[in-house]
Amino acid sequence: MGAKRFGGLAATILAMTLAVPAFASDAKDDPLAAYRSGEMYSGYVTGDPSSREIQDDDMMNPSFLWVDKAAELWTTADGTAGKSCADCHGDVESLKGAATKYPTTDAATGKFMNVELKINDCRERQMGAAPFKFESDELLGMTTLVKLQSRGMPMNIDITGPNEKWFKKGEEFYFTSRGQLDLACADCHITNEGMYMRAEKLSQGQPNGFPTYRMKWQKLGSLHRRMRGCNDNIRAEKLKGLGEDYLAVETYISWRASGLPVETPSVRK
Amino acid sequence: MSAKPRVRVPSTAKKGEVFEIKTVISHSMESGQRKAADGSPIPRKIIDKFVCTYNGKEVMTSQWYGAVSANPYLEFFCTATESGTLEFTWHDEGGETYTATADIKVT
Amino acid sequence: MSVLKETRLALSRRQLLTAAGTGLVAAAGLSVMTARPAAAAASAEEMIAKIAGGTPKEGLVKVDGPEIAENGNTVPVTIEVESPMTADNYVKSVHVFADGNPSPEVAAFTFTPQSGKAFAKFRIRLAKTQNVRAVAMMSDGSSYVGSKEIKVTIGGCGG
Repeated sequence: MGAKRFGGLAATILAMTLAVPAFASDAKDDPLAAYRSGEMYSGYVTGDPSSREIQDDDMMNPSFLWVDKAAELWTTADGTAGKSCADCHGDVESLKGAATKYPTTDAATGKFMNVELKINDCRERQMGAAPFKFESDELLGMTTLVKLQSRGMPMNIDITGPNEKWFKKGEEFYFTSRGQLDLACADCHITNEGMYMRAEKLSQGQPNGFPTYRMKWQKLGSLHRRMRGCNDNIRAEKLKGLGEDYLAVETYISWRASGLPVETPSVRK
Repeated sequence: MSAKPRVRVPSTAKKGEVFEIKTVISHSMESGQRKAADGSPIPRKIIDKFVCTYNGKEVMTSQWYGAVSANPYLEFFCTATESGTLEFTWHDEGGETYTATADIKVT
Repeated sequence: MSVLKETRLALSRRQLLTAAGTGLVAAAGLSVMTARPAAAAASAEEMIAKIAGGTPKEGLVKVDGPEIAENGNTVPVTIEVESPMTADNYVKSVHVFADGNPSPEVAAFTFTPQSGKAFAKFRIRLAKTQNVRAVAMMSDGSSYVGSKEIKVTIGGCGG
């Protein structure tokens, strides 16, 4: 399929890497082994110990202020149907593992959705409530609460069938240069990953910890907000949050993150 | 966002034991140094005082300035003397206060 | 002599050929370079002197944090003062300063013997690479200071 999880490697080698937990023999000696999968690693690995400490303790991680609020919303009836999330799903723990498969094609509607869009679809179709706004505290909190139920579980999205065209669209975006700096996502996050840009080490741009509490933002923020920031940095057009382009990119990078644990809510610089 | 403050205090402690307290509250801690997109200054709005009492007696108080990060986290210690209630109060410069309490059983 | 200063002198020398005033230009350049950081440090210095009622002794106060802050907006720091924290020998207060910030005051903590430990862990904003300093006032009236330099870099991808 010409898929490029990391630069220059053939899909067959890739498949092998995915099938066999890489560095398995070193896993015992590497305290960060849980944050790696083959050649892939999450931003946790390169984070300062003082930032990792915050992610590791749910009291120290301010994201849980949003999670607490979302847990209240979970059992609060809203919309014309007078239903809450709990009325259909019961305890939020029932969604354990669900987030590892997103983005995906929704069975009921045939629409392609990430977790945010699925939450809003539930609100509109099941509850008769208005969708939460992109980057609102409500949507960030509820997305985090849902993804939290899969924390520690490996990312595992399906890129076959109706999902394939989204994956391909995302892959194409990822390797297409844009903006005044004429950079593609892959230029930083694949080709030069691990190199320094001024004082900053370029990450692999992994999505498995989003929404993330970002120290720069001093708040919880979404993957699409981060993409808007990336595009702004390369002086390209900032695209619409929850729009088709970023949804496609999310699909591509979520596949690239296959095997990495869901870390939501992560803490990053 | 109007989330409740989060506090963690052990539910039990031995008399004389020094125990850890962790607190975090949702607040923008707007320093007054920032400008909005249109260039106008964003008015200062910070929590400037935090107080921890133990059965009504002050154990620790703290003064905060604009350099304290948003969604302030504070970790500190306290000695267990008797069973009762710890109360935490955050005072906003604007006059608003936010409180949280936690009970502790001392054996 | 710094490269910058030499450049300034060279420029002024060139200007000298048409206008007689070499010393003036060079001196003006230098005063701008040295005045700013000195002024900022002095204000934190003054605040510390005022609180301590003189110059605090070095020691007992430990300031901890990352060597290089991941982002200046949220820098985790820990302040701990060595003390038995008994009724007649305890840390009354700790005052934290960041002398490179537009306003050097960061936070102050008032402890009691019941605190058990003179300890605080929290997160602060640092405008640039600078010393974070903490001054502890002891129950016997003495004062101690500790500090840590925390580097704040300009990242490549703010996003």
